[in-house]
Amino acid sequence: MAKIFSYNIARFFVLVALQVFLFKNMGYYNLATPFPYVLFVLLLPVGIPNFILYCLAFLTGIIVDGFYDTLGVNAAACTALAWGRILFIRVTLQSDQHENYMTPLVGTVPFRWYFLYVFVLTLFHHSVLFMLETFTFHQFQYTFTRILLSCIFTVVIILLFSLLFYRKKQR
Amino acid sequence: MKNLWLILTKYNAFFFFVLFFTFAVYLVIQNNSFQRASAINSSNEFIGSAYARINAWQSYLHLRELNVQLAEENASLREQLQLLTAPDSVVSGAVTDSAGNIQYRYVVAKVTNNSIHQKNNYITLDKGRKHGIEKGMGVITSNGIVGIVLNVSAHFSTVQSLLHSETRVSAALEDSGAFGSLMWGDNYNAQLGLLKDIPNHVKVREGEQVFTSGFSLFPPGILVGQVAQTGASGGDSFLDIHIKFSTQFHNLRQVYVVVDMLADEKETLESQSENDG
Repeated sequence: MAKIFSYNIARFFVLVALQVFLFKNMGYYNLATPFPYVLFVLLLPVGIPNFILYCLAFLTGIIVDGFYDTLGVNAAACTALAWGRILFIRVTLQSDQHENYMTPLVGTVPFRWYFLYVFVLTLFHHSVLFMLETFTFHQFQYTFTRILLSCIFTVVIILLFSLLFYRKKQR
Repeated sequence: MKNLWLILTKYNAFFFFVLFFTFAVYLVIQNNSFQRASAINSSNEFIGSAYARINAWQSYLHLRELNVQLAEENASLREQLQLLTAPDSVVSGAVTDSAGNIQYRYVVAKVTNNSIHQKNNYITLDKGRKHGIEKGMGVITSNGIVGIVLNVSAHFSTVQSLLHSETRVSAALEDSGAFGSLMWGDNYNAQLGLLKDIPNHVKVREGEQVFTSGFSLFPPGILVGQVAQTGASGGDSFLDIHIKFSTQFHNLRQVYVVVDMLADEKETLESQSENDG
């Protein structure tokens, strides 16, 4: 239990620091900008109480917002992400797994589930994020392209991260 | 009560989402200027169209006054037309064709919202960017000047009324031609204004008419009002002349937005001289 706790705290600091100091400066012509900090919210234990999940997600978003000068945008997207995560886990996992405190990382869960989990939720997060950022339905095609390309970029980075910390014997 | 609680706990994920998300979006709109501007603009558009609908009904009630005003304006225009077409003044060949250099164009607009009781008054018009109105254009009515266009959306525009503490218009006296800047001044009367920066030696008489000087956004020679009080108080080197506006702000219905075709040219030239000097 203490291990899960410290892992998550360490992950939080590392991911947020990487996001605001490294990934903020990366991008492909303003079309694809990666937001791999969402991995922190994705990897919180499965059985975490909803309220705590929302608080942590909101907090992460607000801190990233502070560095991006877009107060509220990332926080809103992270809140949406937390909701999507709850729904996704409720639909795809058996109910006996809802209560335990495993970290949904490859190695613990099958790769196909993990990939779907990351892709769907990242897409959801990015949709909310970019829609709030542009705040208009003008040039929707452009926004849509940005969402899709950024999502692919983020997912690739997240998968690379996951492979770095991949440990086979964890079940 | 128990059932309500059951629903709340069963769908707590959703309710938490709504709660946190609303708060986040509130933060977005409060703290990011672009999002705030677009949120307020869209509501302005909404409010504007609501006013326009109400105004469409109200305009029937004021048709009588409007007709009288239009008839008066017609009469005065006809008078001017007589002068122009008087047969004895035409010497063929000596008339310069001025059609190629018309400087001002007028866009007719209806007032959809108006106030005269605030310290800073604004007017909403039912014409906007689509009709060629831009920020900073002058607005006049049949018997005087009204204000300056402040903001423009696609179908509406807001006007900073002459009854606004920040509005300044360049105006000149009829007899001497001395010009100063016209403002509302520190009163709450919708009929009285203040003409400042007229030097002390200029002779002003009560009842003298005041016209726009043409140095600001308005064409020259538009009636602004009459001198109500010469304000020769002594001491100062400038006079504070009280003006009675000719514009009736309380029953403003139809106005004309002045489109100055040569404004850009004038501005570029003036900024050039400023840079050189």
